[in-house]
Amino acid sequence: MSDPILKLDGVFTNIAQYHILQGVELTVPRGEVTMLLGRNGVGKTTTLRTIIGHWRAHQGSVTFDGQNITKLPTPAIARAGIGFVPEDMGIFADLTVEENMILAAVSGAIDDARLQWLFTVFPALETFWKKDAGTLSGGQKQMLSIARAMIEERALYLIDEPTKGLAPAIITTMARAIKELKDQGASILLVEQNFAVAKALGDTANVMDDGRVVWSGPMSELATNADLQERLMGLSMEAH
Amino acid sequence: MLKTLVSGDTPRSPILLAILIVILICLAFAPFLFPGVRSVDTAARICIFIVLVASYDLLLGYGGIVSFAHTMFFGLGAYGVALASTDMGRGFDALLVGSVAGAGLAALLALVIGLFSLRVRAIFFAMITLAVASAVAVLVSQLSTLTGGEDGLSFKIPRALGPAFKFMDGELFGVKANGKLLKYYLVFISCFVLFLLMLRVVNSPFGRVLQAIRENDFRAEAIGYRVVHYRVAATCLSAAIAALAGALYAVWLRYVGPDTTLSMEIMIDILLMVVIGGMGTMYGAVIGATLFVLAQNYLQNVLSLAGESVATLPLLPDLLNADRWLLWLGVLFILSVYFFPTGIVGRLRGK
Repeated sequence: MSDPILKLDGVFTNIAQYHILQGVELTVPRGEVTMLLGRNGVGKTTTLRTIIGHWRAHQGSVTFDGQNITKLPTPAIARAGIGFVPEDMGIFADLTVEENMILAAVSGAIDDARLQWLFTVFPALETFWKKDAGTLSGGQKQMLSIARAMIEERALYLIDEPTKGLAPAIITTMARAIKELKDQGASILLVEQNFAVAKALGDTANVMDDGRVVWSGPMSELATNADLQERLMGLSMEAH
Repeated sequence: MLKTLVSGDTPRSPILLAILIVILICLAFAPFLFPGVRSVDTAARICIFIVLVASYDLLLGYGGIVSFAHTMFFGLGAYGVALASTDMGRGFDALLVGSVAGAGLAALLALVIGLFSLRVRAIFFAMITLAVASAVAVLVSQLSTLTGGEDGLSFKIPRALGPAFKFMDGELFGVKANGKLLKYYLVFISCFVLFLLMLRVVNSPFGRVLQAIRENDFRAEAIGYRVVHYRVAATCLSAAIAALAGALYAVWLRYVGPDTTLSMEIMIDILLMVVIGGMGTMYGAVIGATLFVLAQNYLQNVLSLAGESVATLPLLPDLLNADRWLLWLGVLFILSVYFFPTGIVGRLRGK
């Protein structure tokens, strides 16, 4: 197996006086969808934000593509090849969809072929191309948020709960987009609460609890083992 | 062609377009349309304040950065011209040296303040600018041998800009063709060019990134933009343009003093003009500055007329007394903020 695209080694992150991450060990293999699962408040979002440099790891290291990025400023981490889709979407509401996309293409101009591909994945973007992003619906905003990260090719995408609060039809669109991204050869670290989506997309799974990764293994193993789900995430299949 | 001139940022509202055209025509032909010392003086002030307010809008409306040092930058340009003209004697070279030095110093000071304080929260920047601006204002009034202290400095400008200089046989469409007319057009054209330049900046990729940072700075960083660099660049640019506006103001008045450029009162006026006109629109600065300067200069006259017309009624003449103009100005502000929370331009664009 080739070396992983991303590796977290004993990462501790504090936010104010709270010790959120307490020694996270995480490996994201190349070309796979790696799931980051767990109950609310166990540190999944903080893990993603530590990787992109929004929060700083107080201990441990983050290695991306063989380079230690632990202390790099956020823009440098992004330009090194990591696309980030935050939970709150963070679209620029006063700018148009087009302007949002132009901004996201940091290396210069938008690659037209890639844009056409994004239009086939998210037709709504083409429809609302000249509209202010603030006027989009919740699902459309989420599509814009993901499309913005996808407009330039990145080696790794960090995606935080892309299906939260969305209608089933849009969830399907999201899942297909992530699948296509993977088929292009990208590596993806995905936080997802919707277990059906996780099951369909994930290659490997990492379950967090109390600021640590407590279980890692193939997604298929977790998906078929109800006891494990119950123990790790308080899930039971009846509820899903 | 026109669209290129405004950098593709059209008014996007027929009423707004009409208002802007009326303002542009009035300012462009002010000496001919409204001959008279006072009205031309008002027109020149409007031009200068449009640039000053627009440069503040660049910072506040586009960058989301609150600064209280804008009058300081304005003053640096004004004092630059005054000091250069005093030292080098009257001449266009003195004006040029003074404004370039003033703008350069303003940008440098903005760079230092920005690098020290824009890394952290925006509110910290506001506090630092307040402190530095107060310190500079005190310094200017104390260093009276250099700056004239509270009395300010009167200085001589090139003869070609004075009333004694005649051209075109002394008359043009019934208006005295003298240096005063040239001076007005120096102010008008400089302001027009500076305003178009700012429109260019806010509609450039740089301007878009600024807007993105204002809306969500962390997101802009995660895309790959160095937020601090952009904020500092915007601060420097805005400071330099404010200084150039100050230089024009000094040339126009042939005088510079703490009250005309550095006072906190003007800072508050700038804020009000931006808010009334509409933040983050550039055109808001045009409308805000025009309304505000007109009100400052003519509300008193309007009130005294109104007071005379109701002289026979009880109470009303007292309320409409010309001395109450500040009260009515206050009422106008409250009403405009109440009815146009997104500013006049925001309202006209239907936001």
